[in-house]
Amino acid sequence: MTATPDKSANRIKRRPFMADLLSRRGTALVVPGLGSPTWDCFAAGDQGEYLYSWGGMGLAVPTALGVALSQPGRRVLCVTGDGEMLMGIGSLAVVADQAPDNLAILVLDNESFGETGRQRGLTSNHADIAAVAKAFGVRQTRTITEQGAVAELADLLFKAAGPVLAVAKIAITDDPWRLPEKDGATIAYRFRSALGLEQG
Amino acid sequence: MSRASNWSEDVLRAMQARKIVTVCTIPDGGLTQLLKLIEASKSARLVTLSTEEEGVGIATGCWLAGARAMVAMQSSGVGNCINALGLPAAFRAPCLLLVTMRGQWGEFNPWQVPMGQAVRPALEAVGVKCYPVDKPEEVGETFAAAADFAFNSRVSAAVLVSQRVIGVKGFGQE
Repeated sequence: MTATPDKSANRIKRRPFMADLLSRRGTALVVPGLGSPTWDCFAAGDQGEYLYSWGGMGLAVPTALGVALSQPGRRVLCVTGDGEMLMGIGSLAVVADQAPDNLAILVLDNESFGETGRQRGLTSNHADIAAVAKAFGVRQTRTITEQGAVAELADLLFKAAGPVLAVAKIAITDDPWRLPEKDGATIAYRFRSALGLEQG
Repeated sequence: MSRASNWSEDVLRAMQARKIVTVCTIPDGGLTQLLKLIEASKSARLVTLSTEEEGVGIATGCWLAGARAMVAMQSSGVGNCINALGLPAAFRAPCLLLVTMRGQWGEFNPWQVPMGQAVRPALEAVGVKCYPVDKPEEVGETFAAAADFAFNSRVSAAVLVSQRVIGVKGFGQE
């Protein structure tokens, strides 16, 4: 039996949703994965505390884990998509094993490979990323389908004891291109400067 | 004391001197002694991975956030890391790999040969400087030089520890 994807459940519009969520981040560091999560963060307002990515699909969670382990006093939010999360799905087992209490992961799940032509993704059928995260031992998991859940979601992602993971079922929308700095050395310099690190 | 424990102790000392505080790994037989020493010394956090490429992401994230890490793996794991190594390269961040080799000196298992033979050309193709070492007494200083090269020049480097150093696995068919 094949489940029929219920596209009506994907109502959240990513750009206003992410802008609202990021306005509540406080001092959290943000590690967005390649593609739309990076464009969304930049569109919400350029910040040195955003570690933009243009590549390395599957590595958003590992990169954020490295940041979280090395900055235990700072909240770290990883923002990724369903395709990237599935490519690096085992990294959720590593996150659960290390159990950093400052790490939160948000998966923007549009059930598609949005960047490459909106081909069908695996979460459009059976795959349930929040269920996998829970089974791996991530402390708290949640799936949201409504824009109005942002306040409650911000509490989970920015305040609750980590590691936590939320899946936001988002709509496929036509958003204007918003492309941040693409030179990695510049992105790294800005991020390390925002952390007050020496550049030597 | 065996030669294996000597080179592992040398590497641990070099790690400690350079404040490498996170070691990401998919274990290998050749790394057994070093991983035990790291765990006992408590001078570094061990991060057990599900696939080696995660270690490249974690080590890069650590450096971007102000701490030093490395990834320790068997040569077969290098193949899993190739695309991931573009991440530290793009950030101009260091990534230090410690690789225990299979598929070369006296290999018993033919399934280890293709990747083992491809390790160095594959790493060099993505810009990782390779430091092969085949004498136990030279592993410590080679590791130290590779680490200094990586962290000071902000590039990726791999220490390739020969099967000649770690011993040939024979599954009773030696």
